[in-house]
Amino acid sequence: MSKQMTGAEMIVEALKDQGVDTVFGYPGGAVLPIYDALFQQNAVGHVLVRHEQGAAHAAEGYARSTGKVGVLLVTSGPGATNAITGLTDALLDSIPLVCLTGQVPTHLIGSDAFQECDTVGITRHCTKHNYLVRSIEDLPRILHEAFYVARSGRPGPVVVDLPKDVQFASGLYQGPLNIQHKTYQPRLKGDAERIREAVAMMAKAKRPVIYSGGGVINSGPQASKLLRDLVALTGFPITSTLMGLGAYPASGDNWLGMLGMHGTYEANHTMHDCDLMIAVGARFDDRITGRLDAFSPGSKKIHIDIDPSSINKNVKVDLAIVGDCAHVLEDMIGVWRAEGCKADEAALGAWWKQIDHWRARKSLAYRASKTTIKPQYAVQRLYELTKDRDTYITTEVGQHQMWAAQHYHFEEPNRWMTSGGLGTMGYGLPAAIGTQMAHPKSLVIDIAGEASILMNMQEMSTAVQYRLPVKIFILNNEYMGMVRQWQELLHGGRYSESYSAALPDFVKLAEAYGGKGIRCSDPADLDRAILEMIDYPGPVIFDCVVSKEENCFPMIPSGKAHNEMILAELSDDAGVEIGSIIDEKGKMLV
Amino acid sequence: MNAIAALSPYASVLGKSNIERHTLSVLVDNEPGVLARVVGLFSGRGYNIESLTVAEVAHGEHLSRITIVTTGTPEVIEQISHQLERIVPIHKVTDLSMQDRVIERELAMIKVHGTGEHRSEALRLSEAFRAKVIDATIESFIFELTGSSAKIDDFVELMRPIGLVEVSRTGVAAITRGAKGM
Ligand SMILES: Cc1cc2nc3c(=O)[nH]c(=O)nc-3n(C[C@H](O)[C@H](O)[C@H](O)COP(=O)(O)OP(=O)(O)OC[C@H]3O[C@@H](n4cnc5c(N)ncnc54)[C@H](O)[C@@H]3O)c2cc1C
Ligand SMILES: Cc1ncc(C[n+]2csc(CCOP(=O)(O)OP(=O)(O)O)c2C)c(N)n1
Ligand SMILES: [Mg+2]
Repeated sequence: MSKQMTGAEMIVEALKDQGVDTVFGYPGGAVLPIYDALFQQNAVGHVLVRHEQGAAHAAEGYARSTGKVGVLLVTSGPGATNAITGLTDALLDSIPLVCLTGQVPTHLIGSDAFQECDTVGITRHCTKHNYLVRSIEDLPRILHEAFYVARSGRPGPVVVDLPKDVQFASGLYQGPLNIQHKTYQPRLKGDAERIREAVAMMAKAKRPVIYSGGGVINSGPQASKLLRDLVALTGFPITSTLMGLGAYPASGDNWLGMLGMHGTYEANHTMHDCDLMIAVGARFDDRITGRLDAFSPGSKKIHIDIDPSSINKNVKVDLAIVGDCAHVLEDMIGVWRAEGCKADEAALGAWWKQIDHWRARKSLAYRASKTTIKPQYAVQRLYELTKDRDTYITTEVGQHQMWAAQHYHFEEPNRWMTSGGLGTMGYGLPAAIGTQMAHPKSLVIDIAGEASILMNMQEMSTAVQYRLPVKIFILNNEYMGMVRQWQELLHGGRYSESYSAALPDFVKLAEAYGGKGIRCSDPADLDRAILEMIDYPGPVIFDCVVSKEENCFPMIPSGKAHNEMILAELSDDAGVEIGSIIDEKGKMLV
Repeated sequence: MNAIAALSPYASVLGKSNIERHTLSVLVDNEPGVLARVVGLFSGRGYNIESLTVAEVAHGEHLSRITIVTTGTPEVIEQISHQLERIVPIHKVTDLSMQDRVIERELAMIKVHGTGEHRSEALRLSEAFRAKVIDATIESFIFELTGSSAKIDDFVELMRPIGLVEVSRTGVAAITRGAKGM
């Protein structure tokens, strides 16, 4: 498998060998040889985005919806710097990406040459790893290593910076087969002794809960299946983070809904009062824990994670199992079965009774309206009208994102693409494009806010060019709603710069791009309009005009504990000053 | 500020005041940028570096050994080790302070100016510390001293009133006692 070729040809060859069928990119001087090599073959397709940030998010959407590594290709200087937000997003959400960047020729590096920037220096902090390829001899190894590092262990983005002279040079290409990484070999199997101990703790638990996260999705579909098996076997209640939605089906009996800042009352109370917490591929993020010293104070905690640095980072746990979710879950189930373990039925019965009591609070309820479309209602109708189809959902960032997480219910993993860790407005449309490229026949919907969508609106042009029938479903409240909500809660309702005072006419905008625009403001007309959107065979911008000042509840205010949630009823009470609920220390937090 | 630091998700609420000093030994693949990764990790995540030394220890295999002296609560020190392990070209991280028998040494060159009584006092003290004279003029000495950081601190403090001009220190190198390697 070793053949003489140019650097640019090697790059294309390596992409083929790595099973890459689609690259998201934007050309420029420093990557012209690679574009030339792409031009002369058909195995690797290219999607021309309209901004390099879009290429990164598209590659993320592609990766998250397929489990494969997403690839982007950008030029030196501004091409690379434009991709930074997307790389950082992928780092925080553990999404495997390989980002190929052009660079000025090696002899010009350091001379402030045209479109030179220190790409490896700039991206060192926002990638899992990065490389500057200094000679053609290193190129094949580095390319294959980049894919290996991106997908192995805790996945993440990897940058390969490619000086133009290396792209032109010629050398011997090598396939991926005999590349063994010297230092990076993450551990997959969990420690058998600890797994036995975990199972013993589970069999003794009286008030257990499984808290699962994005690591289950990262681990692959088998992990989700095993998670379901474990829940069925034990009868334990299960909640998940924003990043883990779909690993356990929302229709499952043991499902408590999402936990955390905008999670359900039952999920957060179950976490607070449990005596055993089993964290599976979740990282105790501050959106989850709330006030740390009041986080689930009475529980023993088991943490399964492939990255040792996730363990004891924010919350001290009693039993840590370092390993891949699927491997560890499989062994846990094996031990549970082999040792004939049984959950404490009586205790579990009482625990479920308590949980049902919390469930009865119906914390996701909201006041319906006959005259205006409530954003929650819009998501509910979207769900009802799309749930029986082959649907993928992406989001932007804000209230609409949380309402999507609360009211759109996921039955399968890899169906939900959202920016959790970085919270990047502008993520959803390019991510939908990447998802649609991977699943051309599926229905892909970006649940958006009117402010976020404008951050990468230009990608509508990409959707039109490639005939990608993505649907942009904007919950248009004319506000940066999430900002407005915090200003209401923390800053006395002084809505500084959070009103979208000048918005485009989204229907005309869609038409200007060559897509279809639909506007709906009447709840009675919503179903019809949504069906019209679904049935249209091309990209659609749906301007769903919703009530302007709706807040997203329930909510754990910053600096508060799980059992100090604000519910919608309370906040509607006249006379309750929401602003006074958050104290000075809480205001300091984000 | 303290109350906020304790509430921050990153600062563990469990250890507020038990700051410890640890010496970490890090074996790395000596590829370009690896030192920048290590240093960047400390600055990016707000960890302290008291001293850092680095040199290649196996030319053939391109292995370098970085010795870092850092301070933090036990939880933070554990995080530092794990965060270092995430850096792809790092082979191994050992917290030498968790080992029972470690030897730590630092080398310093200390320039002292003085004549008459000051000059002979400097020389007497250097003998007591077993420092070597590696350069001399009629009004100055340069001493070379190897030992623990505390010993060097002590010597430098004694030289200060006598006529300390400047100090150059290597930072700590460390190794465990006995036959076993890291
Ligand atoms: C406006 C806004 C509001 C938000 N509100 C909420 C909220 O209310 N609730 C909520 O849950 N989130 C919320 N988030 C998201 C939040 O910020 C975090 O992104 C999210 O909680 C992290 O999810 P996670 O713990 O599953 O971790 P992820 O970021 O998905 O990390 C995965 C973890 O699993 C590990 N892992 C990876 N692969 C494997 C493997 N193969 N095997 C084992 N372990 C593995 C990783 O090391 C890591 O520790 C919000 C975000 C925004 C933008
Ligand atoms: C790039 C970026 N800038 C700023 C923010 C801060 N921010 C979070 S939500 C939000 C408002 C989003 O408004 P919109 O898209 O209309 O969504 P809504 O909350 O109204 O549903 C802002 C500005 C962010 N998350 N990302
Ligand atoms: Mg809005």
